Amino acid sequence: MMLLAVLSGFLLAVAVPTLYRVAGKHIGWVLALLPALLTAYFASLIPAVSDGETLLIRNQWMPGLGVSLDFMVDGLALVFALLISGIGTFILIYAGSYLQGHKDLGRFYVTMLSFMASMLGLVLSDNLITFFVFWELTSITSYMLIGFNHEDAEARKCALQGLFVTAGGGLVLMAGLILLIFITGSYSFSEILASDLAIHDHGYYTAAAVCILIGAFTKSAQVPFHFWLPNAMAAPTPVSAYLHSATMVKAGVYLLARLNSSMDGDALWSNSLMFFGAATMLTGAYLAFSSTGIKKVLAYSTVMALGTLTMLIGVGTEKAIIAFVCVLVAHSLYKGALFMLAGALDHETGTKDITKMGGLWRSMPRTAAITGLAALSLAGLPPLFGFVAKELMFESVINSPGWPWALLTAAVASSILVVAVAGLVFLKPFFGPVRTTPKQPHDAPVAMLIGPAVLTLLALIFGVAPFLPATFVLDATVSSVYGSGVETALALWHGVNVPLMLSGASLLAGSLLFVTWQRLHSTLYAVNTAASRFGPEAGYFRFMLGITQVASWQTRVLQNGVLGIYLLILVLVTFGLTGYTLFTRHGFQLDFDFSNGYFYEFGIALLIVAATIFASVTRSRLGSVASVGVLGFGVALIFIHFSAPDLGITQLLVETLTVILLVLVLFKLPPFVNLSSPWERYRDLAVAVFAGAIMTLLMLAVLDIQYFDSISSYYIENSYGLAFGKNIVNVILVDFRQLDTLGEIFVLGLAAMGVYSMVKLRAEDQHKP
Amino acid sequence: METLMAYVVGLLFTASIYMMLRRSIVKLVIGLIILSNAANLLIFVVAGLTRGAPPLIPDGASEVVGAVADPLPQALILTAIVIAFSVLAFAVVLIRRAYEVVGTDDLDKMKDTDT
Amino acid sequence: MKTNTLILHTAALAIMPLQLMFSVFLLLRGHDEPGGGFIGGLVAASAFVLYAFAFGAESTRQLLRVSPRDILAAGLLFGLASTIPAFWTGQAMLTALWWEVPLPGEGYLKLSTVLIFDIGVYLAVLGTLMTFVISLMESEE
Repeated sequence: MMLLAVLSGFLLAVAVPTLYRVAGKHIGWVLALLPALLTAYFASLIPAVSDGETLLIRNQWMPGLGVSLDFMVDGLALVFALLISGIGTFILIYAGSYLQGHKDLGRFYVTMLSFMASMLGLVLSDNLITFFVFWELTSITSYMLIGFNHEDAEARKCALQGLFVTAGGGLVLMAGLILLIFITGSYSFSEILASDLAIHDHGYYTAAAVCILIGAFTKSAQVPFHFWLPNAMAAPTPVSAYLHSATMVKAGVYLLARLNSSMDGDALWSNSLMFFGAATMLTGAYLAFSSTGIKKVLAYSTVMALGTLTMLIGVGTEKAIIAFVCVLVAHSLYKGALFMLAGALDHETGTKDITKMGGLWRSMPRTAAITGLAALSLAGLPPLFGFVAKELMFESVINSPGWPWALLTAAVASSILVVAVAGLVFLKPFFGPVRTTPKQPHDAPVAMLIGPAVLTLLALIFGVAPFLPATFVLDATVSSVYGSGVETALALWHGVNVPLMLSGASLLAGSLLFVTWQRLHSTLYAVNTAASRFGPEAGYFRFMLGITQVASWQTRVLQNGVLGIYLLILVLVTFGLTGYTLFTRHGFQLDFDFSNGYFYEFGIALLIVAATIFASVTRSRLGSVASVGVLGFGVALIFIHFSAPDLGITQLLVETLTVILLVLVLFKLPPFVNLSSPWERYRDLAVAVFAGAIMTLLMLAVLDIQYFDSISSYYIENSYGLAFGKNIVNVILVDFRQLDTLGEIFVLGLAAMGVYSMVKLRAEDQHKP
Repeated sequence: METLMAYVVGLLFTASIYMMLRRSIVKLVIGLIILSNAANLLIFVVAGLTRGAPPLIPDGASEVVGAVADPLPQALILTAIVIAFSVLAFAVVLIRRAYEVVGTDDLDKMKDTDT
Repeated sequence: MKTNTLILHTAALAIMPLQLMFSVFLLLRGHDEPGGGFIGGLVAASAFVLYAFAFGAESTRQLLRVSPRDILAAGLLFGLASTIPAFWTGQAMLTALWWEVPLPGEGYLKLSTVLIFDIGVYLAVLGTLMTFVISLMESEE
């Protein structure tokens, strides 16, 4: 059931083109049924999980490699799964309307559903390798979605940037996960979390922690990797709302939270989380405040929220983890809503620039009302869930075990900025003087408003009655991040205390900042443009330029275009190294004992030798091809005579086909002429004789000694017992080593495609005038 | 017999590498064919040559009778033969295509075709 | 490329069906005796190659009815499909499954994912070789 739940997205993705033809413009509503069902399914797991149970569902995948499709559902995974499927439902409905009539809507849904399935797999996987596979799948689907408008060069560039950063980080993460497997000896999250092994005492700990942190930081857009996320806004808005605010970018945070209880206990882990988290929070808040495009503003405020989440994991106290979970949920709710609303604004007005919008509340009253509520949650004002989350954040930062003052300053500064940002998002477009926009604005259709409305309503309900989500699932989530049972007691009103006063102060300061925004933003813009020349994004571009330069330099040096030289170097190095190893380990020993052969076997050997020599020296192409054929038949005779009937038949058939192929093709080429000088020929002959001699010596050595027992006896003994086959060669091919054979027929397929396209290509060339 | 075959395989490698180092593209193909035969024979011979005992389980039995030839190198070679053939077909077509475009079968004159 | 010898035409017509039947025979008995997907596929391909030499690429294409690339694709799909059933029984991917279907009269029909896989190999080899030969011959014409 769980396997089906995770993979259903992929299955449905396959069916999208057909469904699209049937459902037409209602496709969004039809497809949204799946995430809606999934939400219901995951919701049905809530009672068990909130009782503190961890569900483990086991499925085999590649047991030999320790890879399984095991799923683990605990509080953390369940909250993520609910967010992914719940928000996914609304996003799919929304996208149907937002992209209505787009020629590639089908492709959009295919990738979007694949992404959803990958993301579910990511948060539910128990196996580290499977987790990583899903992790990479989200990077790839994200790449395709950012580059959805693939005819736009800018979108392609942004997509590539996102892919480079996240997939590069993914590679580092893989190293980290493998180190973690080395340390713990287990492939499973649940086992790692359950074991009381002191991971941070192990020699590999530092390396593993750094690798995992880099992987998580790239995915979750932490400083200095934050630059890809705002650029990812080149994607259509439903994608930004789903991937780049509510779900995918939280994968890194998810990983940190997942491993926190095991990796914690070392200063490196918590300090870097606190430092980078706080830095990201502040950077994101500042950049959000200084941007003018509505999607950029929201993207940078997402960066800020991700920083907050990372920082809270780093603080790591019980309070901080409670705050972490609340910020996580609150952010997904309001940010998903705000992005969809921003898309609605963009869709209805035709511009993304907030300086060009104003007074829209008259023409878009419903959109304005929902945006207002969501922005309140963003600013962290009562009575929304964002307020609860922010109060908790302040409280946990004040009591942080490390750097409380620095973190508090950063937190207050960013919440001041965020209040101003919330103003930018809500007040700027909807109030003030009416401005003319490229399109005549009117309220967005129901499909585009239902998602934001429901999400905002949830934020409101959770804010007024925070015990509701707490008792259902958040308690269990906090417990699974913190590592032991925790009772959260969430409330909207904590009485007059320090966090409340800080909130009040930041509201005041933020409002002031918002009022001065008009005057500030051109200055800020100039400052940011100047700073971007030295920022991490500039570093990224310099790095990419460096790669192409190094590539062209090494091509010039190593690949000068003369094939003969490459081959000569290759042969000399390969056989030189082989010969050296052979000489030092075994020594050269010749053996001339030919007594154990029959005379007709000598005959076959002689035939092979004669055919080979003739093929090499003859000046006639036909003679050469024919004698290569004789050589092949000689080899076939050897196979048949020495107990390999399958090989003999195959060799005979292939040899026939080879000759036919050569006849079809080679005689279009000019006849042999001697192109090389005598000196070159003697040089090549010397190299060839050297290589041949090494091979002979190597074979004699191999025949002489045996380092390992043969593994063939296993196949011989079990051919009939396990695989019910009597032809052991065939049993190895199609049963014991089936995967290898499967790979091989794919190689055949590739070769056929290569030949076909080369021939086809030529036909098209000829048709050109 | 294995000893003798070791020399034969050595000769095959010599011939194939010599042919592959020629500048004529047709000789390169001939060298390629000899090379794949050499490699197959190499694997076959070093696993030991057995006369008249193919790795088959007789009718009615569920285990082999007596010693049989090693099935594993045979399985390796069987796939190698088919792969070698398709790679050869690919190479041959590529070469002819190159010849048509460049108008020469001299490998040394093909060095600047990609610019 | 098309030859006009009477002997080749007659021989091709007579030999080809035999060769095709033989190839299927080799394929089916491959698990217990010399034969199998690779060899069967090669024999079938040489049957069609013989036909192509006698009657030309176009009529071979008509004889095949489907594009050789579709045969290749079908082969690869068969190969892949044979790895899936093990999932539904909760076993690891690629685990072979066997079913014995009683035949009327004596004996059993041995059906297995392995046989499906071998058929996949057969089709893939046949498809690959026919793609080579037909596209090359057509480029000659």
